[in-house]
Amino acid sequence: MIRLEKRPQPSRGWVIGGPVLAVVLTMAAGGLMFAALGKDPVEAIRIIFWDPLFSQQFASYSRPQLLVKAGPLILIAIGLSLGFRAGIWNIGAEGQYIVGAICGAAFGLAFWPSESPLIFPGMVLAGLLGGFLWAMIPALLRVYARTNEILVSLLLVYVAEAMLASAATGWLRNPEGSGFPGSRTLSRHPGTDNPELIAGTGMHWGVLAAFVAVIAAYVVMNRHVLGYQIRLAGEAPRAARFGGVNAGRLVILCMGVSGALAGAAGLFEVSGPAGRISIDFNVGYGFTAIIVAFLGRLNPVGILLAGLLLALTFIGGELAQLMMGIPAPAIQAFQGMLLFFLLALDLLANYRIRLKGRAPA
Amino acid sequence: MIIDPVTLIVALITVSTPVLLAAIGELVVEKAGVLNLGVEGMMIMGAVCGFVTAHHTGSPLMAFVAGMGGAAALAMLFAVLTQLLMANQVASGLALTLFGLGLAALIGVGYGGLPVPPVSRPFPEALRDIPVAGPILFSHSTLTYVALILVAAVWYVLTRTRIGLILRAVGENHDAAHALGYKVVRIRILAILFGGACAGLGGAFLSVVRVQNWFEGMTAGAGWIALALVVFASWKPWRVLLGAWLFGGIAALQLRLQAVEVGVPVALLDASPYLVTILVLVIISSDRSRAALNAPAALGRVFHASS
Repeated sequence: MIRLEKRPQPSRGWVIGGPVLAVVLTMAAGGLMFAALGKDPVEAIRIIFWDPLFSQQFASYSRPQLLVKAGPLILIAIGLSLGFRAGIWNIGAEGQYIVGAICGAAFGLAFWPSESPLIFPGMVLAGLLGGFLWAMIPALLRVYARTNEILVSLLLVYVAEAMLASAATGWLRNPEGSGFPGSRTLSRHPGTDNPELIAGTGMHWGVLAAFVAVIAAYVVMNRHVLGYQIRLAGEAPRAARFGGVNAGRLVILCMGVSGALAGAAGLFEVSGPAGRISIDFNVGYGFTAIIVAFLGRLNPVGILLAGLLLALTFIGGELAQLMMGIPAPAIQAFQGMLLFFLLALDLLANYRIRLKGRAPA
Repeated sequence: MIIDPVTLIVALITVSTPVLLAAIGELVVEKAGVLNLGVEGMMIMGAVCGFVTAHHTGSPLMAFVAGMGGAAALAMLFAVLTQLLMANQVASGLALTLFGLGLAALIGVGYGGLPVPPVSRPFPEALRDIPVAGPILFSHSTLTYVALILVAAVWYVLTRTRIGLILRAVGENHDAAHALGYKVVRIRILAILFGGACAGLGGAFLSVVRVQNWFEGMTAGAGWIALALVVFASWKPWRVLLGAWLFGGIAALQLRLQAVEVGVPVALLDASPYLVTILVLVIISSDRSRAALNAPAALGRVFHASS
């Protein structure tokens, strides 16, 4: 019989080793899943994790995609991690991402066909603001009406999706698009486009913003009193209250920052890689970012690495779909599995496993 | 009159049944002190397992059993994570939803649009043809009545039996329950499995009875609405029924309004069930005296027996 003994401090080794082992275990379990689908598991894992980066045939296309897909994941996950650390659960990032995209695109389209260099910065601000306001709904409801922010933020994703459908088929529809849903193409118009900054790297303004967010979050969490308050509120809410941390202000701040970052990510996407507002431009980054945040241990540097890894599974998944006929949802299940293993391995960081009968040392 | 009230009430009951089943299961889970945010994932697993089984076996009964089984298997993952490995319940529940949505989509590849057998209706045609009362009371599928019986059963067990008392004790104060000799972890795992089976049954009802089709993401937030209903109901079984009907009423009404093309924007109608759910959540939770008092005291807290 085994017994668990709570560690006074989480084990440093397992805090880093856990995510690594989780990735390895996910590859093994994912291999079993691919085998169950009748595909060669070794080949599938190679195509997902190796070929996008190193195969001569695909790497020239896939490598830039890594940053294109990691950018929004990192940007959203950085915002989420602040709240998650403080026990504030914004799980509606997908909705804030959509609303940010709609607001930013609407700003750009309002001045169409102006090519002024002021348009794009305005769109970014509108995107930030849209995501921020959308996140304020659950934040203010939690502070002033004690409503559970998990449920409200999540339910608002469906409201945002309804808004997106009406924008794409109605008020933001391309007037010259012969009635087809979808807005004008923002990415091919000077003034509203979010271009690739360095050719062949996939680097666009959103990726740059993600890197800046990583650095900013690192500084805030480790060097600023706000980071201290966030950690205190998450680990010892009562102590935080006695220590003068204003819980309501913290909720509004964490939700607001994560909403604004998700909104900006949405704007960068519709003005860059996605190109325009369409009914289904959102591919679930807001939800995958939750996995990124946890895989990165809610730590800015960890999130950077986790974002790149999850981006790789997106790209590799598309490749595996193309080359081996592995259905797209398999990758979603694969990503979910990763989160399971990660949470399971947290046990090793927080508890010591001992055999029963032996006295604890 | 553009909307016939009788058909509206019939639709209301059908629409509310999946969320009712999922919510009553989650209520038991939360009463045991566990917050499982994976309802959406379990529901969609139930939907796909039920649909696939119904298509292959031609038996709705087998489909419901498969839906319950598939979702309970997923719930078991959550139980192992949170009860044995003591993982964070919020994160594990989210993982369950993300994984369930992916796995269900994977299982359901190629099944969209395939035929499923018709479900049985327990009451004879003569009763169903009675004006007004016939359609409202006697026209439903067997599972709709089962769901109502389940609400009564959960109410009875929770409030009138020893098992219910133990379950509530575990949910209010797990340390005290443990000290009294109750197997906290075992009781919670059983509750989680029950919750999973209920969510799966709700999902199977959705795919096999109500929509009679399968498509990715077909639960469309029903699992989250079920979670909201439990809060709305202040953890009381009968109020879950009331909440489910309220939600079903809005959902059925907005579908009718879309069909008759009134001057309300479609986006607003589409969003109305979610908006109304948020609205009632706000009303309930802002009432300090009612909301927090009824929540099980140990809800969401990790239990680790120190000896």
